[in-house]
Amino acid sequence: MTDITPDNVNAGQTNSTAEAVRRSLSRRNRKQVILQGLGIAAIVFALSMLLILVGTLVSTGFQAFTQTHVEIEVFVDPQEIKSENLPRGGFNNVLATSMGQYFPDVDLSDRAASREITSILSNGAQFKLRDMVVADPDLIGQTIKLKVPTSDPYDQLNKGLIKRDTAEQNRRVDDAAIEKFDRLDELGLVSKPLNTALITNADSRFPELAGLKGALIGSFWALLTCFVISFPLGIGAAIYLEEFAPKNRISDFIEININNLAAVPSVVFGLLALAVFIGWFGLPRSAPLVGGMTLALMTLPTIIIATRAALKAVPPSIREAALGVGASKHQVVFQHVLPLAMPGILTGTIIGLAQALGETAPLLLIGMNAFITSAPTSPFDSATALPTQIFIWADSPERGFVSRTSAAILVLLGFLITMNAIAIYLRQRLHKQW
Amino acid sequence: MTLAPFVILLLAAIVGYAINVKSARAIRQGGTRLHSLSSFHGLYSLLLVIVPVLTLVLLWLAVEGAVINRILMASLPPGVLEELGSGQVQLIGAEIRSIAGGRIFGTPEEWKLEAADRLINYRENAAWLLVAVVSVLSLAIVVFARSRVAAEFRARQRVERIVSGLMIFCAVVAIFTTVGIVSALTFETIKFFQMVPITEFLFGTSWEPQIPIREDQIAAEGAFGAVPVFLGTIVIATVALFIAVPVGLMTAIYLNEFASRQFRASVKPVLEILAGVPTVVYGFFAILTVAPAIRQFGQSLGLEVASNTALAAGGVMGIMLIPFISSFAEDALSAVPRSLRDGALALGATRAEMMLNVLFPAAIPGIVGGILLAVSRAIGETMIVVMAAGLIARMTINPLDSVTAVTVQIVTLLIGDTAFDNPKTLAAFALGMMLFLVTLVINVFALRIVRKYREIYD
Repeated sequence: MTDITPDNVNAGQTNSTAEAVRRSLSRRNRKQVILQGLGIAAIVFALSMLLILVGTLVSTGFQAFTQTHVEIEVFVDPQEIKSENLPRGGFNNVLATSMGQYFPDVDLSDRAASREITSILSNGAQFKLRDMVVADPDLIGQTIKLKVPTSDPYDQLNKGLIKRDTAEQNRRVDDAAIEKFDRLDELGLVSKPLNTALITNADSRFPELAGLKGALIGSFWALLTCFVISFPLGIGAAIYLEEFAPKNRISDFIEININNLAAVPSVVFGLLALAVFIGWFGLPRSAPLVGGMTLALMTLPTIIIATRAALKAVPPSIREAALGVGASKHQVVFQHVLPLAMPGILTGTIIGLAQALGETAPLLLIGMNAFITSAPTSPFDSATALPTQIFIWADSPERGFVSRTSAAILVLLGFLITMNAIAIYLRQRLHKQW
Repeated sequence: MTLAPFVILLLAAIVGYAINVKSARAIRQGGTRLHSLSSFHGLYSLLLVIVPVLTLVLLWLAVEGAVINRILMASLPPGVLEELGSGQVQLIGAEIRSIAGGRIFGTPEEWKLEAADRLINYRENAAWLLVAVVSVLSLAIVVFARSRVAAEFRARQRVERIVSGLMIFCAVVAIFTTVGIVSALTFETIKFFQMVPITEFLFGTSWEPQIPIREDQIAAEGAFGAVPVFLGTIVIATVALFIAVPVGLMTAIYLNEFASRQFRASVKPVLEILAGVPTVVYGFFAILTVAPAIRQFGQSLGLEVASNTALAAGGVMGIMLIPFISSFAEDALSAVPRSLRDGALALGATRAEMMLNVLFPAAIPGIVGGILLAVSRAIGETMIVVMAAGLIARMTINPLDSVTAVTVQIVTLLIGDTAFDNPKTLAAFALGMMLFLVTLVINVFALRIVRKYREIYD
């Protein structure tokens, strides 16, 4: 618009432009509202998914933190259990007899009926009794009180997971069985204490006996191995690359290599471990040691990247001051820069270890998903780890394993939250503003 | 007994350190100036002991089992191993080892018991030999290091050179890992392609990785055409990206432009939780909640939905990838120079117009890089698909159907099988090779885009 345009035309144009803008304004504002609405919808979607995830796990998992027990009086019959035959003996018959005293109407000589009333107890009850008697043979001939878990269907019945109002043919526990269980309940023998077996038992085929002890110890050994290998290696590599490496093709190559390793799918590390550690070196399958070595290779890039960032954050004045008073380059790094960078390095390491703790696929390939009913005593023993135990339980058909899987996941998430909380605490507490 | 060499090594290192520090101090107290601090003389001895001897012990332990096994197998009476497959030979080795460990099942043959005795014998001898070697070597090095202590000895330089060497070794481990991955995969893949032609693997459309276990079994030959497996991975990854990309981008746009500082500070870490949840948890979530929900919803619409539909695995994977994409997109958006935004706003654009017409196009390369990285994550993701996707390879792109994926096949082919001499287990390595190559190309490409783009605006 130039000066020669008559005033009235200019004014008219301005008016019409302003008019056009004003007319389109509501449409343009509406567009902005839509965009904002989509943004909020996306966030709400993501957050509600997180909420559903956590909600599902908590609502199914909390049931597994208690376990229905019955307390029965057992007469350790010397006819059935002889001290010279231990640990063999008719423990199951003894249990059947003692269950019989609560059900006088059941004919114990009828094997099916007798089996039905003992099936209220967990299959582990006879072993618990056996262990007690083996530990103290004087119990033979006495009457003792025995508190044992019930088998899974009755546990679910007691927790209300098997609904009593479902039609009998669709229910896993029939009316007669419910009636028997209720009789025990009326006698005050049924209780629902904290399920300590979840932590103190190793894996089992029976949900009511299965616990995480083996997985916890296996994960501990694997993480320890992972830390022992990846922490020094990661710090060494990071210090070299950040402080000493000449800027040339070789160090460039190493750097690209590390960045790419961080993005290699975890299952490929499993293939590497299977072919190299187990196939070529002949290390034992299913061992937490091998699992830890594999996890260490995966954690290494994380630690290297975090350490380099922490080293970079230490201001040059520190280095220059140390160099100025006559320290050598090594002394500067190891006595001044590294201690100042330590909080950042530790934060990165803990986050890396937390990732390693949740990693499953490589452990599956090296066989850490074996069914093992005893906890490992050394990193060379066969074991499972927490995430692989979750995988095994999630695959098990018994209903009782559903809530146990959720409970195991809650335990795993608990560890992860703790580790991340420690990392955040370290970062905030020890973070220095230079 | 395994710990003994390490204990000896540690003791020797500490003793060496103490001796050297003490003698260096003695020289200084004699009135001579030392070139290096006395602690460097100590460290010199410590490193000189630890580095070679620890390397020796670790190498020894790494090969000991394999060497003993080979000697043991060679010592078995002639004839017992003839005409046995490698799997059966391994089985005999395992049986002998378990007899040696005191777990005897049934009544094993006499020669197995003898072999077990020999095995125990070998192991003991090997352990004693290692202890002897470690002791002698450590002692010799300590004496040697002590003899180097002198006023003009440049201990600091020596120590620093050793430390530099160690650090270079640490940095090179990353390369070793890559070399290990590539060589392991290549080695097994070549063996696989000697049994199955590469053209069948790459272009065949039938995937039935069964092999006859016994010679006389009338099992199918097995088919190793991997196209349906690749197709399954593509279907699942596509479903995942259909959820993750729009939700992630919208989240990033809102957090970057419209959200208050407080809202951002509280929502962002919560979203990051989604990225920190282990994938096995997502897998369980998919089979417990998502798959039944989708199935029910589909049935209410009258659709035929498989119980392990690709929608469940892909959808849950998409949820996992949301924070991944949103954080990349946010980085890209906030890397756009302020002048571009301010210019657009000054011309009278609304914030939405500024975002959609200026910021977003300027950030596209960075966002594409992030999405590519998400694609590589989706292709390589294992646990969600192992738990929630199917096992049978079908030539279909219908996401309601059950499809399998590359990672699923790798895991199922390798679980419970150790012999690397049949196409079934080797096929897993060939699939792994494909997975590695594809993700590598995507990653290199994506990282390059992201980096290049950053440089433009820096």
